[in-house]
Amino acid sequence: MDMFKKTPSLPIFIAVLVIFTLAVTFLSEAYGAGAISTSFVKTLGKTLCLALVAIAMDLVWGYTGILSLGHFAFFGLGGYMIGMWLMYARTKLIVVESMASAALPPTPSEISDAIGTQIFGVVGSSDFPLIWTFAHSFWAQIALVVLVPGILALIFGWLAFRSRVTGVYLSILTQAMTLALSLYLFQNDSGLRGNNGLSGLQNLPGADAISQDYISVWFFWASSLALLLTYLLATFLVSGKFGSVIRGIRDDEARVRFLGYSVEGFKLFVFTLTGVIAAIGGALYYPQAGIINPAEIAPIASIYLAVWVAIGGRGRIYGAVIGAAFVSLVSTYFTGGQAPDINLGFYTIKWVDWWLVLLGLSFVLVTLFAPKGIGGLFDLISHRMSPDRHGLPLGPDKGSLREEEAEK
Amino acid sequence: MSAPATQSAGTLLEVSGISVSFDGFKAINNLSFSIGPAEMRAIIGPNGAGKTTFMDIVTGKTKPDEGKVLWGDLSRNLIGMNEARIARAGIGRKFQRPTVFEDQTVFENLLMAVKNDRNPLAVLFFKPKFKDLAKVEELAAEIGLADQLSRKSGELSHGQKQWLEIGMLLAQDPKLLLVDEPAAGMTLGEREHTTDILKEAAKTRAVVVVEHDMEFVRRLDCKVTVLHEGSVLAEGSLDHVTQNQDVIDVYLGR
Repeated sequence: MDMFKKTPSLPIFIAVLVIFTLAVTFLSEAYGAGAISTSFVKTLGKTLCLALVAIAMDLVWGYTGILSLGHFAFFGLGGYMIGMWLMYARTKLIVVESMASAALPPTPSEISDAIGTQIFGVVGSSDFPLIWTFAHSFWAQIALVVLVPGILALIFGWLAFRSRVTGVYLSILTQAMTLALSLYLFQNDSGLRGNNGLSGLQNLPGADAISQDYISVWFFWASSLALLLTYLLATFLVSGKFGSVIRGIRDDEARVRFLGYSVEGFKLFVFTLTGVIAAIGGALYYPQAGIINPAEIAPIASIYLAVWVAIGGRGRIYGAVIGAAFVSLVSTYFTGGQAPDINLGFYTIKWVDWWLVLLGLSFVLVTLFAPKGIGGLFDLISHRMSPDRHGLPLGPDKGSLREEEAEK
Repeated sequence: MSAPATQSAGTLLEVSGISVSFDGFKAINNLSFSIGPAEMRAIIGPNGAGKTTFMDIVTGKTKPDEGKVLWGDLSRNLIGMNEARIARAGIGRKFQRPTVFEDQTVFENLLMAVKNDRNPLAVLFFKPKFKDLAKVEELAAEIGLADQLSRKSGELSHGQKQWLEIGMLLAQDPKLLLVDEPAAGMTLGEREHTTDILKEAAKTRAVVVVEHDMEFVRRLDCKVTVLHEGSVLAEGSLDHVTQNQDVIDVYLGR
């Protein structure tokens, strides 16, 4: 296929992902040696989901040039949508079971009230809000995983791109969107349990007999497959003429307009599509995390996403994957209390406190000195140098040389 | 004034009574102008005469305060249409500074410009057909970049970038080409080649060239419109306008 020819990194990525997936499977407690704990399998599965949303970020920022600082809102919404079904279905099973021993068989409305009390007791309510209308249906909630974030992205993008909001103003607007959404969800009467969020998501309804050892590996496989499909889709998007046009929009949006392409249409397409990809990532992430609350979609989360992509190397899909995997795993190491404190005599560096400083510093350093990020290392290996051309063109008679090159 | 354009086969573009001002400065002042379907026209004028603003208005980048821009057989008003729709209607534009996509190859630049469905979904599932590839090859040969197709266009020389942009313009297959200073930064040989390309294009479509260089305009050998302070000062052959006393006073005399 054309896609493979244009992207030599694609088969390498597929091979690495397959080997990684098999290795984790055979080292897991469920299917192999047990060298990797179940909680670490979950961490790895979650990391794959983060790599998936990083690909979405790379498409929208690295390729199309839209610095969206709101894509984690779509990720979180995807998590909420699947979380509603998980919570409802499992609570229903528990309620029905506990009522089965009652003298009189419970009526449907009694069951519904009992589920409501169980789920919304923490926010002092027992009625189902309107947004839980479809929570009983797995397939409806799966559809909402795509539809709710997709429609939000479509409406937001349409309003923003139509008025030609670009650059830092668009970034601020997307931050405002994710902040507004998280503040709304923090309210108890938002219908999604306020700051308690949705919990117990790791327990699949009707699968109480199955150990988390197995479930964690299944979710790991699903995340791996989703990452693979996203990678293929992203490669397909950027390798053809569509990729040409969106990179053109990134580099010179006005010129693309004069070629007759509707820049707004393309931006809206990419923004909405990546919103949906992010939502699917979230729907796989939160069952592994077990809990989702509004803090997950705080503005800072979307900024982290941009940091991952920048450190990994934007404008190349494997760069996004490497950045997300590397930074989030290192972050887990430092904030999980595993990193040894450094005693300087007069001061002890506690990594839990200092990790963010280190991350911020590396972000600044990468931006200044290695704008291609970690992915740029592969260019060194493959000796692919991009021209470092500064100075003015010398003009017609010196051919294609520029000032500094001519001096050499 | 020599033969009015309205008497030719028809009018492709008719600009009537447009005015636009920026912060009180009248960049275009009641300008009227028209061009036929297969005609070459040079626009000259001192700095600030409104040459580039005129192009901005026709291509939809700037909205005029008043006036109409009528296009094609149906005399559709272009005012209010966005840049992309105007480009799809058949108006192509080349900027003063060469603007090509430097991060992409010459081939990708040309293929992006070749006339095809511009809708995002159509672009996504686009597979270059034989005629598209042939068109790219043909244009690359015409602009002297046949051997450079796989090079990143950022590596090209200034003159080559100018040609690449002209090639992209021709690939769009527009009915009207608006060309802003095509010969800037070119050698004599390159200029002659550029003249040939533009003259060839003007056989089948309308070409409007904005240029400072009088020698280049002379070589184009076409009708000339002189702009001054946002309106037409004189129009006719180059010899005719260069003998016009007003033109000498405001432009040539300096």
